[in-house]
Amino acid sequence: MATRGFNGRDRSAAAGRPDRLPPGQFVTIDFPVLSAGPTPHVALEEWSFTVRVGPRAIKSWSWRDFVRLPISSVTRDIHCVTKWSKFDTTWEGVNIQDLLADTALEVPTEFALAHSYDGYSTNVPVKDLLGGRAMIAIAYDGKPIAAEHGGPARLLVPHLYFWKSAKWVKALQFTERDEAGFWELRGYHMYGDPWREQRYSGD
Amino acid sequence: MQRAAKLLWQSASVVAIEARTPTVKSFFFRLAQPVSFIAGQHMDVRLTASDGYEAQRSYSIASAPEKTEYIELAVERLQDGEVSPFFHQTVAVGDQIELRGPIGGHFIWSVEDGGPVLLAGGGSGVVPLVCMLRHRAARASAVPAVLVYSARTAADLIFGEELRVLRARRDGFHFIPTLTRETTPPPGFRVGRIDAELLSDALACLPASPKIAFVCGTNAFVETAADALLGLGIPATTIRTERYGG
Repeated sequence: MATRGFNGRDRSAAAGRPDRLPPGQFVTIDFPVLSAGPTPHVALEEWSFTVRVGPRAIKSWSWRDFVRLPISSVTRDIHCVTKWSKFDTTWEGVNIQDLLADTALEVPTEFALAHSYDGYSTNVPVKDLLGGRAMIAIAYDGKPIAAEHGGPARLLVPHLYFWKSAKWVKALQFTERDEAGFWELRGYHMYGDPWREQRYSGD
Repeated sequence: MQRAAKLLWQSASVVAIEARTPTVKSFFFRLAQPVSFIAGQHMDVRLTASDGYEAQRSYSIASAPEKTEYIELAVERLQDGEVSPFFHQTVAVGDQIELRGPIGGHFIWSVEDGGPVLLAGGGSGVVPLVCMLRHRAARASAVPAVLVYSARTAADLIFGEELRVLRARRDGFHFIPTLTRETTPPPGFRVGRIDAELLSDALACLPASPKIAFVCGTNAFVETAADALLGLGIPATTIRTERYGG
């Protein structure tokens, strides 16, 4: 249905690359902050990251140990379910397959839940975490990630809506079933593909 | 777990438009398929150009869930915006606009959730909080509630008169407006940005520590208010935030 009198803004921000803007999104040059609660401030000396299989902790890293893992760099577009997209964001961190290699784990299950310091969680299929598609990011735009953007470390799964890229991440738990996380329990989509506009459950 | 059916877009008629402040207008929509919602939820709006280009935005619902004949969305006109200037300049009574919702399962409150509740809103961030207060009043609830509302000037206070009327009911609702760009405020207003002192005074209005604190506004407002509440001993798990814009 065309809306009477609506022409839309100048589309030049996405011009030449409409293929990069998923449906219903607009391009921003800002980096908006969206969080369900107060920003936790986690000191690096107290930070740790744990891989679990079900309830069982397989391995934990201190910050010192974590940053000695292989560090990769990616430049990706990111898409927030609140409709903004930001092109060409650059991140550094540890790819999930490199993390798994350090635990000597084979891929243990098909699903995973990321857990955060503020109690947040989100679910991602394991295949979406491997093959360089996801990392535990520790730097944004060449600098440590600001606390309000999820520092010291956040999950980065840029091909899914950005709520899947959990801020203040502290654990990755492999699960037998696809278990809903924080927003997924509150009406948001279990998978969250921006190209299929999977914003809300039922989309 | 919520396994809702797909939220469908529906065409809604604009039945009234009301200027709230120099930069905020309320749009009242009649939905062909009325939706029931919880105070604090939002609706998605979709505009479509003749060439098929679409723009979507989310707006918090201002009207109480008890008002079933319309849904009120308060839209602040943003500089360089795409959707809000269109609403302010072009949308007229009788227009059809596509909406879907309600959306959101965290920044929500019903009288059944109880209290006390602390509400802190900055600018248009007050909208979902006003929805909660309208719901509380519509249900004749006596749940203790306090609203700290920060606006630039007295003229920028959305729903200011209505909030003063609600305060005058003396039913356990306290209202502390503060103005950030006025040096000599009208009676009953505080001056200055939200801070620990203001929030401490708000907490003192409540008979007990809040069961839930809702904070909504720009990121800077939310960070300041949420950090101040943490500093005042309010547990992080009781603080729910919603951040507007960048």
